[in-house]
Amino acid sequence: MTTEAIHDSHDNHDGEHHDHKMTGIKRWLLTTNHKDIGSMYLWFSFIMFLTGGAMAMVIRAELFQPGLQIVDPDFFNQMTTVHGLIMVFGAIMPAFTGLANWMIPMMVGAPDMALPRLNNWSFWILPFAFSILLASFFMEGGAPNFGWTFYAPLSTTYSNGSTAFFVFAVHIMGISSIMGAINIVVTIMNMRAPGMTYMKMPLFVWTFFITAYLLIAVMPVLAGTVTMVLTDTYFGTSFFDAAGGGDPVLFQHIFWFFGHPEVYIMILPAFGIVSTTIPAFSRKKLFGYSSMVYATASIAFLSFIVWAHHMFTTGMPLFGELFFMYCTMLIAVPTGVKVFNWVATMWRGAISFEVPMLFSIAFVILFTIGGFSGLMLALTPVDFQYHDTYFVVAHFHYVLVTGALFSIYAGAYYWLPKWTGFMFDETLAKAHFWCSLISVNLLFFPMHFLGLAGMPRRIPDYALQFADFNKWVSIGGFAFGLSQLIFLWVVIKCIKGGEKAPAKPWDGAEGLEWTVPSPAPYHTFETPPKID
Amino acid sequence: MTQTTDQNIKKTVKKLVLVVFAMFGFGFALVPLYDVFCDITGLNGKTNTEAATALIDGVDESRTVKVQFISRTAQGIPWQFAPMTNEISVHPGEMKLVKFYAKNESTRDIIGQAVPSVSPGVAAVYFQKIECFCFNHQPLKAQEEVEMALQFYVDPELPEDVKTLTLSYTLYDITAKVES
Repeated sequence: MTTEAIHDSHDNHDGEHHDHKMTGIKRWLLTTNHKDIGSMYLWFSFIMFLTGGAMAMVIRAELFQPGLQIVDPDFFNQMTTVHGLIMVFGAIMPAFTGLANWMIPMMVGAPDMALPRLNNWSFWILPFAFSILLASFFMEGGAPNFGWTFYAPLSTTYSNGSTAFFVFAVHIMGISSIMGAINIVVTIMNMRAPGMTYMKMPLFVWTFFITAYLLIAVMPVLAGTVTMVLTDTYFGTSFFDAAGGGDPVLFQHIFWFFGHPEVYIMILPAFGIVSTTIPAFSRKKLFGYSSMVYATASIAFLSFIVWAHHMFTTGMPLFGELFFMYCTMLIAVPTGVKVFNWVATMWRGAISFEVPMLFSIAFVILFTIGGFSGLMLALTPVDFQYHDTYFVVAHFHYVLVTGALFSIYAGAYYWLPKWTGFMFDETLAKAHFWCSLISVNLLFFPMHFLGLAGMPRRIPDYALQFADFNKWVSIGGFAFGLSQLIFLWVVIKCIKGGEKAPAKPWDGAEGLEWTVPSPAPYHTFETPPKID
Repeated sequence: MTQTTDQNIKKTVKKLVLVVFAMFGFGFALVPLYDVFCDITGLNGKTNTEAATALIDGVDESRTVKVQFISRTAQGIPWQFAPMTNEISVHPGEMKLVKFYAKNESTRDIIGQAVPSVSPGVAAVYFQKIECFCFNHQPLKAQEEVEMALQFYVDPELPEDVKTLTLSYTLYDITAKVES
């Protein structure tokens, strides 16, 4: 109220908006501005990425050579568990939500997200969730050590006492995701500029729209699962306890009913990002826009009926194995459509290789490798060999690191000039790309061979014959970890200054976000733009 | 923001919140759904929890099915628990009686509960128990021992390709649960 009074007493407005921008910590605590909240999401996710990454470094240091040398097995398990939880819920998902917050209102020509206060809340409960999770490291028994998949009875009967902290942390993360997703859906459905029909929305918006629906559908199921784990552990229920008439396999069914859509929650937005960057740097329209929309929707639908491919070795009847195998392989069809469309977009385009494009091309190639190993895992008969080996680790790191993470980098470099108003240091950014590309393959590619040779995952020690590959993997891991600090350097340098960015720094870029100046003003599109 | 957009936003939010609650409920609904599904298909190897009535139809002497018995104790129950017969051959429809031995080796009274599971899972619904110690709690005083009976038959409807059935019992300590 006081700010308004001050503004009113000011006679000479400079013709700009009343920003009502508070100063200091209050600006960030109380902000309802989608750009502020987007930035906070992105910074938070990067901090979490470094935290989870530090845990990965501990894992790789322990696995550098056979035998137990640095950490004890229990702590090793805590590292793998919390690394997984942080990277999934703390790094990848908030980074995507941050991009959504920043870009969706600008892309659909809306002044802000539809529910700005909810937006503030959904961000600010996240630090609490991760504080709870990380605080468990300093308590008796330590942090969760039952794997990020928290299979019962590991998380119930055999829990080290961290289950309650884990459950409440996941509850808060889930509430945050659900609120963020509701906000995205409501914004897209109600706040589009006049004339922007659904089929005129940028594909980036489409993928977030579908992802948000997935989140709304499955995050409550996760909340239910962790609640059952909580009551089983502390209140004597027997959902997953055979002694009381429950069934531990039921846990896996409910968990993966959430878990499989969850992995698409982490990759569909990536599809949206590269579908934005590839046309921009190929200077062509995206090939097959509507087929991209339908492919995204079919992947989302199929994600609900394939969950048991994570459970082929639980003793399913043959019919079940066949059903889930074929449904899983069916997903390769819409995914193939997408990869085809990206390549067709580049075909005979006037391609230039700016950093966002480098990350996008690397995404297409390396994500496809992850897709192929996924197809191999979908084959029931061979899955019995690959199950719970490093082959699985290689697979999901190819789709999540060189898939989701690389797309986030592509998006970050693409929109960084719009966010900061400055061009980033191209040389440093290219160094970041090439260091990451080489080290990430050194890190994850040999894991395929380790897995095929039978090295089990989540074990702090291994047989001697795996020593050489593991050494290379660890070196790749350390190099990849260090390479990410270059990104931090690029971003800080870009915020501080550099070459002034024009409103549209990439000449092939399309979309409403490039019609506003760089850096984007605090308020954009208060009067909706006209779309033809 | 216009009035209609505001109203539309409220409408969409209401619908989505409803979906959130519905899906939270669905997560819990999966528990009974899974039980029903497994009851019909025998997916998880759970046998009938109630006693079957003795079979009136004749015995199918043209087939022989091998029935194996295994037992294990869950973590934290200091009992000896083992089948007294490891394996028998039965004709489908034929009634058999086998015994299990249990001894409480600790110095306190413990209530045990055996939970059966049949492998392969498809055969679970064809394994009929007329009398089983697993239907009841099994209290044993310190150092007490007992022989427990299981009377069963294999339903003649058992699919042709099932030649061997493995019945596994896991014994749990449920003292705390019973007392509370």
